[in-house]
Parts: sequence; C-alpha cells; structure tokens
Amino acid sequence: MNLNHFRFETDADGIALATWDSPGKTMNVITQDVMTELNTIIAHVASTEGVKGCVITSGKDAFSGGADLTMLQGLGLEYAKLAKSQGEEAAITFFFEATARLSQLYRKLETCGKPFAAAVHGTCLGGAFELALACHYRVLSDSDKTRVGLPEVKVGLFPGAGGTQRVARLMQTGDALQMLFKGDQIKPAAARSMNLVHAVLPRDQIVQAAKEWIKAGGSAKAPWDIEGFKNPSNKVHSAPGMMIWPPANAIYRRETSDNYPAAKAILQSVYEGLQLPMDLALRVESRYFAMILRTPEAAAMIRSLFLSKGELEKGARRPADIPPTKFKRIGVVGAGFMGAGITYVAAQAGIQVVLIDRDIEAAEKGKAYSHKLMSDQIMKGRAKSADRDALLAKITTSADYSMLKGCDLVIEAVFEDRAVKETVIKKIAENIGRKTILASNTSTLPISSLSEYFERPSQFIGIHFFSPVEKMLLVELIMGKRTKDRALAVALDFVRAIKKTPIVVNDCRGFFANRCVLNYIREGHIMLAEGVPPAMIENVAKMAGMPVGPLSLNDEVALDLGWKILQATKKDLGADAIDSRQEALLKTMVVDLQRFGRKNGKGFYDYAEKGKALWPGLADLQKVKLDADSINKQELKDRFLAIQALEAARTVEEKVIVDVREADVGSILGFGFAPYTGGTLSYIDRMGTKDFTALCERLAKKHGDRFKPNKLLKQMAKTNESFYGRFAPKKAAA
Amino acid sequence: MADAFVYDHVRTPRGKGKADGSLHEVTALRLAETALRAVAKRNDLDASTIEDVILGCVDPVGEAGGDIARSAAIAAGYGFQVPGIQINRFCASGLDAVGAAAAQVMAGQKDLVVGGGVESMSRVGMGASGMLPAVDPSVAIPSYFSPQGVAADLIATKYGFSRDDVDAFAVSSHKKAAAAWADGRFSKSVIPVKDVNGLTILAKDETIRPQTDMQTLGGLKASFAMMGEQGGFDAVAIQGHPEVEKINHVHHAGNSSGIVDGAAAVLVGNKAAGRRAGMKPRARIRGFATMGSDLALVLTGPVDVTERLFARTGMTMKDIDLVEINEAFSSVVLRYIQAFNIDPAKVNVNGGAIAMGHPLGATGAMILGTIIDELERRDLSTGLVTLCVAHGMGTAMIVERV
Repeated sequence: MNLNHFRFETDADGIALATWDSPGKTMNVITQDVMTELNTIIAHVASTEGVKGCVITSGKDAFSGGADLTMLQGLGLEYAKLAKSQGEEAAITFFFEATARLSQLYRKLETCGKPFAAAVHGTCLGGAFELALACHYRVLSDSDKTRVGLPEVKVGLFPGAGGTQRVARLMQTGDALQMLFKGDQIKPAAARSMNLVHAVLPRDQIVQAAKEWIKAGGSAKAPWDIEGFKNPSNKVHSAPGMMIWPPANAIYRRETSDNYPAAKAILQSVYEGLQLPMDLALRVESRYFAMILRTPEAAAMIRSLFLSKGELEKGARRPADIPPTKFKRIGVVGAGFMGAGITYVAAQAGIQVVLIDRDIEAAEKGKAYSHKLMSDQIMKGRAKSADRDALLAKITTSADYSMLKGCDLVIEAVFEDRAVKETVIKKIAENIGRKTILASNTSTLPISSLSEYFERPSQFIGIHFFSPVEKMLLVELIMGKRTKDRALAVALDFVRAIKKTPIVVNDCRGFFANRCVLNYIREGHIMLAEGVPPAMIENVAKMAGMPVGPLSLNDEVALDLGWKILQATKKDLGADAIDSRQEALLKTMVVDLQRFGRKNGKGFYDYAEKGKALWPGLADLQKVKLDADSINKQELKDRFLAIQALEAARTVEEKVIVDVREADVGSILGFGFAPYTGGTLSYIDRMGTKDFTALCERLAKKHGDRFKPNKLLKQMAKTNESFYGRFAPKKAAA
Repeated sequence: MADAFVYDHVRTPRGKGKADGSLHEVTALRLAETALRAVAKRNDLDASTIEDVILGCVDPVGEAGGDIARSAAIAAGYGFQVPGIQINRFCASGLDAVGAAAAQVMAGQKDLVVGGGVESMSRVGMGASGMLPAVDPSVAIPSYFSPQGVAADLIATKYGFSRDDVDAFAVSSHKKAAAAWADGRFSKSVIPVKDVNGLTILAKDETIRPQTDMQTLGGLKASFAMMGEQGGFDAVAIQGHPEVEKINHVHHAGNSSGIVDGAAAVLVGNKAAGRRAGMKPRARIRGFATMGSDLALVLTGPVDVTERLFARTGMTMKDIDLVEINEAFSSVVLRYIQAFNIDPAKVNVNGGAIAMGHPLGATGAMILGTIIDELERRDLSTGLVTLCVAHGMGTAMIVERV
C-alpha cells in the first residue's frame, strides 16, 4: 500500500494498526487524499486473508479535528463553476456525489466484513468522530485532553457522514437531538455514559484494548445491521414518538426562530432516517447534507465563525515584524466590574496581575470577584480549590501606583469620566517604564483624545472589553491617531494570551460595536414611540436573530447611561444628531420616572424575584397603539438588522473598520448580531448591495433619514459589488 | 343547480369517552350502524335507494379502520348496492360529510345521500391514527404546530379572555345543556344505543354536570401550562403572535370539550328524492365553506370561514337567527362572539361540547341537527353551524327552514 497520511502495520496476531499522522501538520484533518488512503486501507483489510481486523488511531497529540472546511468550500466553488458551464443538473449531481463520498466510505468500513476499532486520544470532532462512530468498537483515553463531539451545527452545518444516523441509533432520540443541536465537546466519561463509546482507559492502553477486542472476536456488524435491531426510542410514529417529536419541533423553533436550516436538517434527517434501514437512512442524510452545504447560512457561518474568527485569533492583523510578547506581569487600574473581570481573565491565562484602586479595600473587592468566579467553578466541579489558590496568588492588590513598575502592559478601567481618566493616566505614566504599553478600556471616549494625557501616544491603545469580561469572547482594539505598531502587537498578543478574539478598529465616537448596538437600541425606542406593542418589539428582534430584545438590552446597560450618551451627543453634534422621539422617551423613563433599568429594578421591564416582565405602564406612554395583526413583522426585522448593518457599512467608509472580517466577527461575538447571517457585512452581501441599498432607501422614505444609505453603499449598489469582493481580505495570516 | 335539503337527522347519545363510559362496550361500527339504521327506518325509506354514505371519522384505525362508512351501511342493512366513504377533516369531519353529500346532490350526480360521522374515542383513542402535522419537522415547523390547548390559551391571551371568562362560559354550557334535556329538546333526534337484545345501553348524554359552578371549575389547574412552557409550544405560539409576552394558560378539562363516543346521520337529498320517498324537507342547505386560517391560532378558522361563507351567500350575521359553534374550547366560542359582536343569547342555546362532549368525527353532523331542531322549536328561519379544525382550518354551513 502506498500511504502518506497513515502508517499501516499488521502484528503477529493478524491485527492491523492504521496510525493517522498526516505529514507536516499539527492536526490531522480529513481531505480528499485522506479519504482515498482510508479507502485503500479498508479494501486491504477486507480482502487480505491474514488480517483479522484493524485499529485506527492517531500518531499526533490529538485524533483529528474533522473535515477540512476549506475543502467543503472548494466543492461549493466547483459546484458554482459547473452550474455555469454545464447546467444545474450536472453540477448538483457532481456535488451530491462529492459530498456523500465520506459517508459512503464510512459505510464501506462498517460493512466490509472485518471488525474495525477506533482508539482515540485527544480531540476527535466532526467527521473524525463520525469515523469513530462507523467503527465497530470505540475506546477513548481518559485524558483531560480527550474530547469527542459533533460541533458542525455551530458553523451552520450538520454531521453529514452518518453522524445523525449513528447517534440516533445509539441513544434515545431526545438525547440524540439535543447532542446534535448543541454540538458540545464531550468528555470521555460523559461519552461513555451516553453510549457513544465502549470503553475509557489510560492513554497507553487504548490501542492494546482495541486490539484485544478484535482478538477476542469482536463483531464486524454494527448493532443496526443485526436482524431485529430496534431504535432506542422505538418507532417514530408511535405513542412514545408523540412525546418526542412535537416538542422537538417546537423547541427547534424556540431556540432558532427557524433561522438555522442546518438544525432543521438535523431534525429532518433523524426523523426520516429512523424510519429507514441504515443504507437508505445515510442516503437521505447525504441529500440534506448536500442541500445544507449550499445554503447561504452555511457559507456565511463557515466564513465568519470558523475561518475569519480563526484567522483573526491567529494574528491576521498583527504587525509581523514585531517579536511576540511573553507576558509576565500586567497592571489593571480600576477594580470595578470591568477591571475585576480583566484581572480574572489575565490571571486565568497565567499572567501576574497588579490590581490598583484608590484604596486597598476597593482593590481587594475587585480581587474578590476572581474568588467568586473560581468558587463557582469549584461548585460546578470544573476546578479544584488548589486552582483557586493558584489563581488568586497571581493577583496583587494595592493602592500604590509604583507597583506598576515592570509591567508589560497596563490597562486602565476606571470610571468613564474624562477628568478621572486624565488623572489616572498621568499617574500611571509617572510610574511605568518607557517600554510599557498603556491601554484604556474606555467604551465611549475617543482614544486619540485620551492619548494626549500620555507622553508616548504611540504606545497608547484602546482595549475595549465587553461585559461580562469572562464570558464575552470579543475584544475591540482601538487605534488612536498616533498609536503605533508595537502597541497593537502587544495588545493583540495579550488578547491571544487570554484566548479571546480581537478586532482592530480606528478611533471614532462609539468605535465599532457600540455604534451598531446603539442603533439597535434606538430602533427599539422608536418602535415603542410609534405604537408597536412592546412585547412585539422584543420578540421580533429575537426572531430576527438577536440574542436579546432592544428594550431588555437597554435595561441591562442602564437607561440613564443611554440618556447621558444621548445628551453628550446632542451637546457635541447638535440636536439634529439625535432622534427627538428617543430623547422624549428616555427623558420620561429616566428623568421623570427614575426607571434606570435592571440596576434599580425598574426599566422597560419590572424585575421581581420570580423573573422579569414588561412594565405595564409602557402602554400608557404610547400615544398611538398600532393593531398587532396589521403590523408588517418582516419590516420590523429588516429595520433591526438593516440599521446595524448600515452602521457597519458606514464604519467601512469612514475606515473605522479596515478589514471586513472584523465587522462580521466583531458583530457576532461582540453583540450577538444574528449569527446565521455571518455578521453585519455578510448580511448585506447576501442580500446584495443593490437590494440592501434599495431596502435602506425604502425604509428611509418611510421611517426617516437614519436609514439613508451612505455614499459607499450607493456606489457599490451600481454594480451590486460585494464587501468581500471590493474589500477582499488578505488570506494568509501574518 | 339543484337544491340540497335535509330530510332528517339522528344522533346517538354521547357517552363518556373512557373505560367507565356507558358506550365503551359498544364498537364504533355499532354506533354508526345505530344512527344509519334509525334515519332510514323512521322515514320508512327503501335504504337501497341511498346512493352513498359519507361518514367523518378522525381516527379511522383499528376497529374504525378500513372505510367504516361502507361497513356501517352493510351492517345497517342498507344493502350491498350502497357504497360508503370515510372522510377526515378533523373536528369538522361530520359537517364536511354533510357538505360533501349536499355537493353531490347539488351537482345533480346523486339524489339521496347520508352524511354523518362516528367516533369511539374510548375504544380507538384520540390520536390513534397519528398526527403527521405535529411530527414531521418539514410541516410541523412552518405550521407553528402546538397542541390545541396551547392554541386555545393563545386565543384567550391575544383576545383578552380571562380565566373567569372561559370558566363562566363553561358553566353556562352545562346549564343550557341540562335545561335543554329537561325540556326534552333533544328527544326528537337522539336514538338510544341498544344491545343485540334490544336492551338500552345509553339513552342520554352522560357528561352534563348541571351543578358545575365557578367554584368547582376554579379549583382545576390549567392543563397546558407545563406542556406549553417545557415543550416549547408557548414560544411557538408567541412567534406566531409576537405581540404576546406570555401565554395566559386558562383552559382545563372543565372548559374544554369532553371526550365522548357517539355517531350521527343526516339524510340529504334533492326535491325528487323526497317526493319519491314521501318525505318533507326540514331545511335547505344554503351554503357551506371550508378554509385554512392562522396556523398558530389553530382554532380561529370559524371566524374566517364564516366571513367567506357570508361573502359567498351574500348574507351577514343579521340574517342568522341561531349559531352553533363547536365548543372545542371556551375561548374559541368567546372569540367568535367577539369577532362578529353577536348576541350571546343566539349562540349554542342548548349548550355544546363542553357539556355534552365532542365525538370528533360526528360532532359537525350532531350540531347541524341541533340547530335544525331548535329553529323548528322556535319557529325561526336561518342557522349557521361552524367548527374549528385542527391544523388551522374551519368549516361552516348555513341552513334555512323550508
């Protein structure tokens, strides 16, 4: 056999061992070549008399991350090309065969007549776990690094190489659907109890155990290929089925608002597949897989949530010529909620943190937050008390700014007030060395203006965290007018160290994320003023794909803050820069009624122990009440998404956003912009700039100038030019 | 086009649809047979002249499977020439069966047809034939499928009916039904179900509780709250009607239609058929319609289909003397009354399915009979019968006395 990706040897007992170890790669991935070699191995094992069976394992630290998503992208491009040159039918025939290949290969392995066993250590996800599922026996290492799972749904795909069918035949249908919907990475013990694998053993025993299983006469027939096999939840159309399927369909809608075709295809594949024998079930699954691969949702989600996100994390925007920073110590000044969160994530990354506040008590309070978060982890069994002690030992609290000496990076996270920031920045400057980068976690004040308080503005940068820091995956880095490459490189290295995703934007009022978010909230305010029922505003926003309604979101960030920002904007830019209806609404809520949001238990919602409910008094604030049935819900959805996407387009024109990937990734990770769209700019590209501009113009006519498309959009609309076409990002990560 | 007339109608009493119900020992076939036999016999009909038997049956499986209409015609002694067809439009099946019979008569293709329905809910079981629109994701999801109880609660929430409102309506249903029975208003049409020896098994509807009051109902827990919250159905309902913040769960067994066994038969024919058999028509079928309506509300079809039927017949609610709307759930009736601003005194004057039960496939034919009897008793002219239908449909029919 001529193999490149596998080592293959057969021992004296006639048991073969195929060790997957693709050359020159840190991680095994499934490519066309890997499939071809696997096919060769299956044929050899099946046809060689002396070979009793075969164990598949990995020669690397992990088993495999699954299929190469760029390969799937490639098939999509091939399909589009064929459709143009040879017509839709030829193209889809090619595409179906190409995308079903892996599933057929696994089925061939499963039915070749000789037993196959998978010995898995480390990550084994997606198509790789589907390979393991096709094996007749699966043994996992008990290592903390071992994880199995089918995460496809997270990037708009679903397990299309037998995953939906085999999982649904291994466990109760409800459990199978939940596993496939969530796409979680599963630990060995859990995988064993879910019946996904047969054994969990120390790493050095897994291959031997797999061999022993074959030697002991392990069956070459999967349970579902044995006469009389019954599905774990029995028949689909049955009384037990009535307890499973109607709620499964309802929960799908509840969780997705029917915006995620891949999740729906999981349901449909399992529903149809469980009524069929395995071979036909797999063919049905392949049909849905080919369909899902061609959805705009899959394309957009793969691009933004897998490829672009990965590229940004790996330093796509990092200046290449600056050596990486190894953080020994950083400083955080301001031990409030944000400062405390930053301290925690830095300590979590193994970095020493000096946490400064005006007195030691305040600083200690900030440190206590880390204590609380670690205690929560311990309660959940995810950490030990020794971990907490180790983490807390990394945090030094003080009121003495001289402690900041020697820090690689100092982040100020003090109260959002220019005068306070000025004092603190100057005080920090007096106490740090000439190489320390100084960063501000401001969310509203222009970085260039703050950098004026620092004598080395080239080493001053904005590092905008989102709240709560330990949960939010995005960090927005803001380049002041005079910020230089080294500050950016250090900030990016820090973001990488704390395992978050960075976007880099240029300085402006609100930067990128907040500009979009404020538009979203304002749209909710205006709808309320128009007379849209409050619950409809919230529900339709969520149905459009947003994680929380605008009124609820406003309650979380506080109405009085919104009121302050609005007043500041009015003062700086004039009365025309703000919406008078929004101003009137916020004045009533904040000034007249003292309804500040969650923080004082009353905002757009009332907050009680039992939960929150929309404040009934909102109805009295509405001069007009529109009839619910005659409101165009699609238009409400369009308004919510378009007003954010339009803002993103403006940031591109203003060069606040210089890399389109960042607008997409930033909008999803930063404020949860409808993930199925792939982000704000992908949303526009999918519609086409021509149609999007037309939509904006229609909305502007009906709802006001805030929807007027900007110059860039109008220009692009002329030829329906896309953002990813005009501003194609450089592919290679620096 | 020929006129279609109702010459007669009968129904069985409705027996509690459980193992301890009086009709549990009676097969679905025997229920249907009882109604078919009676409607022919009391009109001295040569049953072999009946050209078709159309019966609604919502769960036509098990003992009700295999075209129960043909079997019932044979069992009732109609003769081998009389064919049968079983149809299913869920809760309106019985009325649609009469509509189908009328349509064939009007089209001049048949002279005399029996329409009706049968359901043995105690023996076959509700849902025994499966519920495709709830199960297959490709239809359940775009259909906003939710159990009817959740949909009824959505209607109550959206149109502002409180728990007291729906309970009060249920109390009135029982009171009206009890009074109607006491007054003998059903005696003309209800045929006792008897055993092979002629012994009566059941002669009266057995689920009416005249003593039901607000207090007894107030003690019942809402039936669909847990299902709605945990099964995801509340969220589905809200996505269909996003102005609703939270579903107010108000329905329970006491203000929803009862599960019962029963059958009904309506004799429909043209003028000539009546003359040949020496029968006098009791009512003319003025028009009928069926349509799909809002999928999330599921049960507001009667409002939409009534509007369509008015448009078709050129009539308005002013032309209607009495209304029978199936009491699937209290909120269905209350919404109908609200939508047309009808005097409640014209609606379900002898009670409805909350008191007497709802044998799914038969109810439409039963309440058509009820309204004809009551129009005669009050000497009024025109009645409208309508039912809400699962999966978001509605059927309605207008009859007038001749």
